[in-house]
This record gives sequence, structure tokens and C-alpha cells, in this order.
Amino acid sequence: MTMITLTINGETRQLDVDPSTPILWVLREQAGLSGTKFGCGIAQCGACIVHLNGNPIRSCVTPVAAAANQAVTTIEGIAGARPHPVQQAWIDEQVPQCGYCQSGQIMSAVALLDANPDPSDEDIDLAMSGNICRCGTYPRIRRGIKRAAAHLRALQEDSSNG
Amino acid sequence: MGKWTRRAFITTGVLAGGAVIFGIAIRPGNRAAKLAGLVAGDDETLLNVWLKISPDNTVTAIVPHAEMGQGTHTTLAMMLADELDADWNDVRMTEAPAHEEYANYALAKGYLLEDPEFPGFLVDTVDGFFLLATKWAKLQITGGSSAVPYTGMLAMRVAGASARAMLLQAAADQWDKPVESLIAERGMVREIDGGLSATFAELAPRAAGVPAPSNPPLKTQEEFRIMGTSVPRLDIPAKTDGTAIFGIDAVVPGMKYATIRQAPVFGNAVKSVDESSIENMPGVRKVVTLDGAVAVVADGYWQAKQALDKLAIEFEKSDNDTREQSDIYEHFAEVLDAAKTNGEEEIDFASGDADAALAGAARRIDAEYRVPYLAHSPMEPLNCTAWLHDGRCEIWTGSQNPLGFAAEVAGALEIELEAVTVHNQFLGGGFGRRAFPDYAVQAALIAAEVPYPVKLIWSREEDTRHDFYRQATISRFSAGLDSDSKPVAWLNQFVDKHEPVEATRIPYAIDNQKIHYATSRTHVPWGYWRSVDHSLHGFFTESFIDELAHAAAQDPYEYRRDLLTDQPRFRDVLDLAAGKANWGAQLPENFGRGIGLQKSFGSYVAQVVEVEITDGKPVVRRVICAIDPGFAMHPDGLIAQMESGIIFGLTAALYGEISIHRGAVAQSNFHDYRMLRMNESPAIETHIINGGGKVGGGGEPGTPAIAPALVNAIYDATGYRIRELPISNHKLGPGGLESKDVA
Repeated sequence: MTMITLTINGETRQLDVDPSTPILWVLREQAGLSGTKFGCGIAQCGACIVHLNGNPIRSCVTPVAAAANQAVTTIEGIAGARPHPVQQAWIDEQVPQCGYCQSGQIMSAVALLDANPDPSDEDIDLAMSGNICRCGTYPRIRRGIKRAAAHLRALQEDSSNG
Repeated sequence: MGKWTRRAFITTGVLAGGAVIFGIAIRPGNRAAKLAGLVAGDDETLLNVWLKISPDNTVTAIVPHAEMGQGTHTTLAMMLADELDADWNDVRMTEAPAHEEYANYALAKGYLLEDPEFPGFLVDTVDGFFLLATKWAKLQITGGSSAVPYTGMLAMRVAGASARAMLLQAAADQWDKPVESLIAERGMVREIDGGLSATFAELAPRAAGVPAPSNPPLKTQEEFRIMGTSVPRLDIPAKTDGTAIFGIDAVVPGMKYATIRQAPVFGNAVKSVDESSIENMPGVRKVVTLDGAVAVVADGYWQAKQALDKLAIEFEKSDNDTREQSDIYEHFAEVLDAAKTNGEEEIDFASGDADAALAGAARRIDAEYRVPYLAHSPMEPLNCTAWLHDGRCEIWTGSQNPLGFAAEVAGALEIELEAVTVHNQFLGGGFGRRAFPDYAVQAALIAAEVPYPVKLIWSREEDTRHDFYRQATISRFSAGLDSDSKPVAWLNQFVDKHEPVEATRIPYAIDNQKIHYATSRTHVPWGYWRSVDHSLHGFFTESFIDELAHAAAQDPYEYRRDLLTDQPRFRDVLDLAAGKANWGAQLPENFGRGIGLQKSFGSYVAQVVEVEITDGKPVVRRVICAIDPGFAMHPDGLIAQMESGIIFGLTAALYGEISIHRGAVAQSNFHDYRMLRMNESPAIETHIINGGGKVGGGGEPGTPAIAPALVNAIYDATGYRIRELPISNHKLGPGGLESKDVA
């Protein structure tokens, strides 16, 4: 066991862990953040996606040592005073069904929109095909991303005009 | 006890339960006294078991079904709230505790009403698998698309309406006014022509003492205010911010983690475990050997998994160890041949004289189809947290059948049912898998070996390899066409029949039919899989009718339509789907269009697929779906379920294959048991007909018609008829079959 320092959702924490443990289990079992989900354990389904320094990673196969002294953002950490526009779009489009994969879906979508404020269908296919949804919410995820993108662009215009 | 017939089974329950069965939801407070502690605070009044009214005038609908994404919590709450004339903003939902009082009375009532739509396989659940659930009342199942048609229509609405009547009567008594002079609306009772008014909460204590009406009038469709609208689902916000608690998220102070390896070959026992192989591994607490499985308990899941992977386990051998998938298909062919030769066919349905009609037909068409085993693969791997303390067992899990789970856990631990508490959480997908309590029983038995709570989490590999599988089967057809190419004989023989019974039936006017089956013996466990038998027979019958249409050189839509005499609801959905798909319009090169039609769980569904063949592979571009559920309680929820059922069915049609190799499941995880992904997901449009009549289900009817619609579209594009799923085993070219590579 080793003391590892992580910044999780803006809060710096010291955790006594085996450094080879995947970040997923450290988040869920040590940090008490259960929004990040276990789906496959082999980087196939995307349920475990979190951001490491803003980039989406699969926490089920990333050892916690690789995140030492860096910033991890989980589904619990993306909202401000209000839900993140992607979260709001997920509510507006009534996206989730069972909901289990949606933390990972939302983290992938947020990363996509951070990099590309106006994604095409092809961009969405590319960015989102690493996330499996067994309930088949893909059509609504696509609509949700487009709605969130429009919302984010409007917010950006407001702030640049103001 | 001998083998129960369905009727005797239900009747026993009725006798054991006295008048309860017809009481369903109409429960005065005194009958629910022993439930009060479970769902009501000291200052709340439990009007009946299906709803409670709190002092702040919130109405809580107590829904006896699990939420697994189908929106049932919201829809059932709507049905109750509308009849109650509650203010929807003040309506909350809580899942019923696993308690006999909440068992599916409504399901039983549906059966007693001799409802032909009743999903009979729910009865088999009790009859077959849940051997310990020896009373019908231990059913509390979410499955069979039964929530809205049964619990909703027969219980939630009646409960809401009777509570409303009781509240009105309470106000009439309190104010000494005739009840006709009062009206209930938005959580209040008030005088129609006067100033008196009171909230439901103010009236609730008195209303609890009013005799419940046994048969309160229900609203007509024109009077609905909430039913038929698409109110936002209650469970969605928590599913966007990580706060929704699934079984796997349950936290019990002091708990440790376990993971499990089961004998790869179903039914084999554990021969030996060498614990020295994991000596000194960090965090490992205990190794527990169960029937055919070994679990490691550790401080964390990762430590348990690392240790289990290293643990030296030897399993016993059996005759099944050499079994291959090809052996299973050979066995299927043998039982079909033998049944025919020996005259031991089990008749499923017969009309006219099919053999004679076939012999006398102008033309004869034969075909044989196959489908493989399928796993459920819910996104949340199976898990259960169990804690044994003070002679009791508490479990936290996601279950489609919490009472059945409680009964199984009680049986395994040899304690009373009342000593088991099930804390049911959100289900990260169910699709039938979470009706089987194997993982809860394992968790309880592991927890019985240690002095702390244990969270058992299966790996994805265990989930894939130890499912209860949708059956593999062979289905053979022979049809006779007359000189006008109309079918006059329909013969169908297949392996293994489960439920629903009507899954094999066709809506087409063919006078002479013989549908029969033979029963196989394999070691692969069977389970309910979204739409159950409809998932296979929809593919078979709707592919074969397409073959007949092409043999007749007729348009497959028109051919079906002409055979739907006296089937207006089938015809209407077929016409709607075809019309919205612009059936008959020219498609681009390498495109094809196909149609499928299936009624299941009381809902009529037609689907049209547009497929493009590129690089020998089908790419589904567009799906047009028409559904008539009688009445759509929550239209957007129904549309979401159609999208879901279609993508579930497309995954199976394109990729789904569980195969047996050396007695074990060959697949293990999403890399070799593929799921449809975003880039493969077609545009889907759903059109609803509120056709009237009985209200059908929504969770399953989207699945059965999509596989045949897709293979029919591939035939249209290529001239190649796929009779074995999955489609990914076939390589296609624009001119037809290029090669075929079936494992």
C-alpha cells in the first residue's frame, strides 16, 4: 500500500492504496464516489469513463498510480450551481432508461463538446462508439448532444457579447 | 404437492388468501395494518397498500415493480394519480417492499378473469424455477410487460379511484353535504357551488375509516388528465448526476467485497481448492466454496479479483465436458426427426387438416431456421450485498422479483421468509436476467461464513458464462400454396416451447395449420429473455411468410396484408409502418427494405427496416415502427421502449451468439459478445395508434419483429435469405451470397 495524492473533482485527497489498483475501484470503494460504474473491466463498454486532466479515460484499466498528483473529474464533479448543459439535455431529451451506462456516456459527451462545440453525426459516432448502452438510448444520446451543443454555443455567445 | 395446473395453482392462492384476491387494491387501512410500519410514518395514513398520503399532501404511489429503465415507476404512479385526481407535482413514488401483501394480486386477477392475454409464463416462473415460492403470493415480478396492463389497469387505477371516492365521502361526512355536491381536483376536495375545501391530507385520517368501494367507477379516456401525457420520468434526474443508487452502489458499514468463479461447465461441482496458491495476497479475507463455485472475500473488489484469478481451483468432470454447439444442434435435429418418426409430436396449435392440404397443394415450400443461445448482458454486472445479523438476513440488490429472491435466500439459509429483508435498488438493466436469484443466494451463503456484510460482484466474464440463456433452437416449416400462390397449409415444427403460448401463432388467414414441437435435453440453463419466445418465433414466422410472398412473386407487404382478413389491428399497424416508410418507393443502389409484424404482450407492432449492404455487411439505416398498444399511457415512454426493444433486437440479429465449446460458454465479454454501438444505431421513428381495447405492454413488444424485418430487407437487397442468426456469420455481396461462414 502506498499513499497517493489525487485531486478528485477539485478536492485534493490522500489515499492509502495499492498503486496498481484501477482508478475505478479507488473512486468507488475508497473515495465513496459510486457514480462511476463497473461494466466490463477490459475497456470495452465505457461505463467507467472519467476525465484525467480533462481527457476521457477508462478508469477500469488505468492504475491509480498513473493519476497521482493529477486531476480526476467524475460524473459527480461536472455540475456547477446548475446541472451541466449535457446533464440538462439528458433530462430534457429523457435519455436514460436503466441509467447504468449514463455516467460514462455523459463524461464522453462532455469531453466531445469540450473539444468540438458543433459536432456532426460522424463526430458523435466517433466520440461515442466506445460507450455501450444495452437499453439502446443511442438515438436520444445523439439528440441530447446536439441540444447540449446548441445550449453551450448560446452560453458562449452570451458571454462573448456581454 | 403434485404438479399444479395453472387454475388450481391460482385457486389455491385465492383460498389461502381468502377475499384478498378480489380485494386487490381496495384495501381499507385496517387490512394493511401490518404494512404500516414498512411504508408509513407515524403521522401518515395508509389508505391502502398502493398509495399513501402524507401530512404535506404529497401522495406516494407504492409501485410493486422494479425500475429498470422502462419507466414503470412513473407510468404506474400516473395511472394511480390520475384516478385519484392528485396534483402530479405532489406525487411521489416508492417501490413496494418485498412483502407478501404486495405480491402480484393484479396478475392473478387478470388470470382469473380468464384473460387470454395473460402472460402465462409468469405462472410457470412459480411452477418451475422458484420451487420454494410455494404460494402464488410470493410473486412480485417485473416482467412479461405486465406492469401497465395488469398492475396498472387492474390495481393502480382502481386504487386511485377508490381512494378518491373515500376522500370525497370523508369530506361529505365532515361537512354534512351530499357527496354529489363535491369534486376532487389537484389534491383537494371542494364544494362545486360553495366555499368549503380541504386537502387530501386533511381528509385522509377520516377517509381511512370509510368503507372502500369495491368497484369504483374509472375515468373514461376523455377524462384523463395525466394518463396519455408524457410527464418527465421521476427517475431520470438522479441518473444524470451519479446519485441514482443501483444494487452495486449499496453501502453497508463494514462491508467487504467478494467475487466468484463458477464451474465453466454448467452443473459441475468443485473438486478441490488450493488456498496456498493465494497465500499472503494483500487484503484477502476468506475463500468460500459453494455448490459449483468458489468465492474470494477481500477488502476490495480488485483484491478479490486478483486473488480469484490466481486461486488454484479444480472442478469435477462430467459427460458435458465434451459437448460442442454442433452436438446441440444435432441433438435438436434428432429430437425433431424422432418425434416425427415416432408420432410423439407435441401439438401446439392445429386447425383444419394441414397434412392433407400440403399434399394437395399446387406448390410446396420448405425451410429450416436456426437461432443461437443469447445472454442478457445487462450493463450492471450481477451483484448482491448480504448481511446476516441477529438471526436475520438483509440483502441489497436489483431484482425483478424481490419476493422470490427473499424466498430463495430464506430457503438457502434455512430461516423464515420473514427474517429476510430485500432492499431493492435500481436495476442496471434486467431484460429477464434479474428474475433469477442465483447471485443473491450466493451472496447470502458467502455472508453466512463471515461476521461482516459482503458485497458480491460478478465479473463480466461470469455474467456472460453463467446466464440463463434465451434458447437456441431449430424451427422447420412447410407451406403449401394453391394455384393462386395463396397459402393453404402451414406446418411448423420446432424444438422446445416456453412462453407465452401464443408466440408461435400467425395472424394470417391460413385454414390448415399444424404447429408442433419436440423437447430437447441440454445442460444449458434456460431463462426469460426480453420478449421470451416471441424473440425466436417472430423471426421464424415473419421470415417464412416473406419467403412465401417471394415464392408467389408478390410484394411482401401486400401479400401479408391480403392474408390479414378480420385482423384490423394487425392491418392498421402494417399499413401505418409501410406508409410512413414510403413502401414501394425506389431505394438507392445496394439498399433493401423489409417488413416484420408481431403482436406480443397485448401490443401490435409492425416494423420496416431500410438496410444498406457495404463491404459485405448490412448497415441498418432506418427503422420505422408502428405500435398499437390499445392506449399509450406515456407516449414518450412507449417510444423510448420501442427504440430500446429495436436496438436490443438488432444487437441479437446482427451479432448475438452464445455458443458451447467443451461444455462451456465460449464467449466472455463485450469483445466477443458484441453489442450494437452508437455508430451502428439507425434512425428510428415510432408511430403510435391508440386503437382502443385492452391496454398492452411496452417493454418487450419492440423486439420480436425487428430481426425478420432486417433479414427480409437483406433479402430485398441481395436475394440472399438468411435462415440462421446471427447475421454477422454471413458475408453478403450486392449480388447475393458471397460466402457463408457459420461457426
